[in-house]
Amino acid sequence: MKRKKGSAPGSRALIRRPLRRWFPLFMGPVVCAFIIGFVYPFCKGVYLSFCKFKTTSDAEFIGLGNYVKALQDASFMHSFWYTALFALVSLVFINVLAFAVAYALTQGIKGSSLFRTVFFMPNLIGGIVLGYVWSMIFDGILTRYNTSILLETKYGFWGLVILMCWQQIGYMMIIYIAGLQAVPDDMLEAAKIDGASRWQTLWRVTIPNVMPSITICTFLTLTNSFKLFDQNLALTGGQPFLIQPDGSAIKTTEMLALNIYNTFYGQNVNARGTAQAKAVIFFLLVAAIGLIQLRATRKKEVQQ
Amino acid sequence: MKGTLTAERRRKLVLSIVLAVICIIYVLPIFMVVLNSFKLNTYVKTDTFAFPNEESFAGWANYIKGMTFGNYPFWKSAFYSLFITVVSSALILLCTSMAAWYIARVDSKLCRAIYYLCVFSMVVPFQMVMFTLSKTADQVKIPYFNFADMAFDKVALNTPWTIPIVYLGFGAGLAIFMFVGFVKSIPLEIEEAASIDGCGPLRTYFSVVFPMLRPTMISVGILEIMWVWNDYLLPYLVLDSTKYFTIPIHIQYLKGSYGTVDLGATMALIFLSILPVIIFYLCCQKYIIKGVAAGAVKG
Repeated sequence: MKRKKGSAPGSRALIRRPLRRWFPLFMGPVVCAFIIGFVYPFCKGVYLSFCKFKTTSDAEFIGLGNYVKALQDASFMHSFWYTALFALVSLVFINVLAFAVAYALTQGIKGSSLFRTVFFMPNLIGGIVLGYVWSMIFDGILTRYNTSILLETKYGFWGLVILMCWQQIGYMMIIYIAGLQAVPDDMLEAAKIDGASRWQTLWRVTIPNVMPSITICTFLTLTNSFKLFDQNLALTGGQPFLIQPDGSAIKTTEMLALNIYNTFYGQNVNARGTAQAKAVIFFLLVAAIGLIQLRATRKKEVQQ
Repeated sequence: MKGTLTAERRRKLVLSIVLAVICIIYVLPIFMVVLNSFKLNTYVKTDTFAFPNEESFAGWANYIKGMTFGNYPFWKSAFYSLFITVVSSALILLCTSMAAWYIARVDSKLCRAIYYLCVFSMVVPFQMVMFTLSKTADQVKIPYFNFADMAFDKVALNTPWTIPIVYLGFGAGLAIFMFVGFVKSIPLEIEEAASIDGCGPLRTYFSVVFPMLRPTMISVGILEIMWVWNDYLLPYLVLDSTKYFTIPIHIQYLKGSYGTVDLGATMALIFLSILPVIIFYLCCQKYIIKGVAAGAVKG
């Protein structure tokens, strides 16, 4: 929030002084809604993660017990590794494909705006609907082999990867196109004159110049994968289940967000404290990725 | 020289063809939805990729059936979705742009604190607050004037009429962040001129600042519309689910009864819910791509 000290201090006061008194009108609605919709639920959520509770009113402070339980929960750890693996695989696929498409579309071919329109479209369709559409398609293929996407973990995994590629490639493509268009033409020309091959130009000139876009897209796909909920719920809902020796079930295609949801709203209402602790761990994880992203993008900005 | 030119041209042609093929694969899923929405239920699963034939063709029956499918009229879900999306987005645009102008221009310690809190809220995933938020929404009551009894009444935030307040609260972060960034790039002189000419803050805002915010308004508006329209979990947890459905809730509800569900009718509903999005997209494609990209780079 650094402010330019360009204009005379007196002139800024011209706006500021009369505006100050209007706080209730200009800020009031947002502040009230923000407290109801974010600040209070967030603080209460942090507090409840240290409590034993069924509803928000019968909370009883128990310290770190919920966190211990959350970290000992086999299904939570499974969903963490499953999510991490999914994030890594989808990150590679989405970014490589999106970059390839963006690169192809910036070669000055005919109809590139039409292609761009089509590739971006799946982005606007909601996750629940997407999950349903793709479960129909996968099941249409898999019934021929007498199986279903709900029966094998690997089908659920790759199904979700395909779904996310379909949805996200267009989005990342837009960011890559913007990056590619900003690569200075004279640099490309110089490489050509120096006799660099197309491949060399791509690796030595183009890719270093679109590094900022690559950073943004990498982190976007990473956070999107970690926060993924709707598509996961609609495509497999965590199936197939693996029954543990102690009778509990591990939902093998369940990701972190869905695991937290199922712990909260599952049959065991005593597990809500654990669920809230899981949610706090989840928040810290997502926030950490966000912070690393912020630092990475800031650094790039300084270099330019 | 001429040889390289034709090689270049051939390369572009091949590239075009490859992209065209990918394009067709890309629209195939949507096409499959349309195709299957005209098939009888039993054929959707066994002959997913076949065109409907005399046996499997269902005509408009799926669409007619889908309207009342799942013991809840589809038009009602669609109406609630539309209402919530429009009102929430309008509320967010108006309130956060006013707040952002105040934050950027007054720039007091309190303003900065609120601003940083908003930025912070952008990295908080919904699962972190979902339980407490849905409970809070049930408990917080806001007064309104009931014309039926001509008296003041109270209503919780768990109805479609009041859920925009929850959206304003939870969605304020990104909007404020984007608006504050933009307001800071507007030269102060224009507002000063208005102020010298005798405009109060309210008039300065509505007749001078508001029109200048247009490009960011469009970007933020598109982002909020896309978010609210497609959102499933927030309305599902906050709304009183025995009375109010939105389109994503409706579709998930149908999927919940898997096995007994009529797949043909569901595909018809899915197509009906995708269609307005596609039309909206084709109409304001330029703004949508720009808006979504702006949100990505900043958020």
